Amino acid sequence: MKFGVIIFPGSNCDHDALYATSANLGSESVAIWHKETSIPEDVDCIILPGGFSYGDYLRCGSIASFSPIMSEVIKFANSGGIVIGICNGFQILTESGLLPGTLLRNENLNFICKDVYLKVENNDTVFTNEHNQNEVLRIPVAHGEGNYYASNEVLKELEKNNQIIFRYANAEGEVCDNCNPNGSLNNIAGISNKEGNVLGMMPHPERYSDEILGCKDGLSIFKSILNRVTVNS
Amino acid sequence: MNTYKAQIKITLRKGILDVQGKAVEQALHSMDYDIMENVRIGKYVELDITAQNDGQAEEFVKDACNKIIANPIVEDYEITIVEKV
Repeated sequence: MKFGVIIFPGSNCDHDALYATSANLGSESVAIWHKETSIPEDVDCIILPGGFSYGDYLRCGSIASFSPIMSEVIKFANSGGIVIGICNGFQILTESGLLPGTLLRNENLNFICKDVYLKVENNDTVFTNEHNQNEVLRIPVAHGEGNYYASNEVLKELEKNNQIIFRYANAEGEVCDNCNPNGSLNNIAGISNKEGNVLGMMPHPERYSDEILGCKDGLSIFKSILNRVTVNS
Repeated sequence: MNTYKAQIKITLRKGILDVQGKAVEQALHSMDYDIMENVRIGKYVELDITAQNDGQAEEFVKDACNKIIANPIVEDYEITIVEKV
């Protein structure tokens, strides 16, 4: 299978994502400049990487969501293509309307850069089939605006449809207030769309995909995507 | 066609915790400005727009606010259209 990593001006986790999916996962991956107006036909999964697209001007992800490639990414997602947005990529997905809600300034106003624990809330997805239900992953976050917010109605829908894929938890997998790094509602760290083919998450799985980094809990997310695409092809 | 100036004031919607506003409020209180409270921090955007009349200008700006200038999920905005001098 082939991953396509979109590069916006200001992306800075694009090479990590390319490396994690090629060198670590052993799949193919290709970089796609944001000014492109088409996605290569053999790409099975689009990654919107972390970073500070357009310097976070106006709102994080808002300007990138109108980049030329994004109308193609929206079409790709709407026709069932797999899309994963990591950190700034998650912000781009909410700004472009592919995922509900938005990401506000962290509650404590700090830029938070540390390892967190995530509880896998739904392992029956394209992104988590490699995991056990309630498995705990250690993955780093690095963001200033990761405080997930949505209206009560949207939150209820997310809960009802099992769209909350990851929640901030402690090492034992307990979802608690003091393990919520940024004030996200319901400890939300990652959500999918209703159809299940688009995932947005604040933590960075591509940064924990290589043994040499001391933890490769993130690789299993890319492995899950590979599983699903290989089964379907 | 006429040229107008649009002045757009964007604030976090009521009910959404404004953490920056809270931090500034605490700073004000530590300076003994106890008479000040409910600090809300927003953004101000100004742009020139060509349209047939001020009503049409406001419609265009409103559309742009809903699409990109503001995030209607968490932000309110107020538009003022003034004749450009």
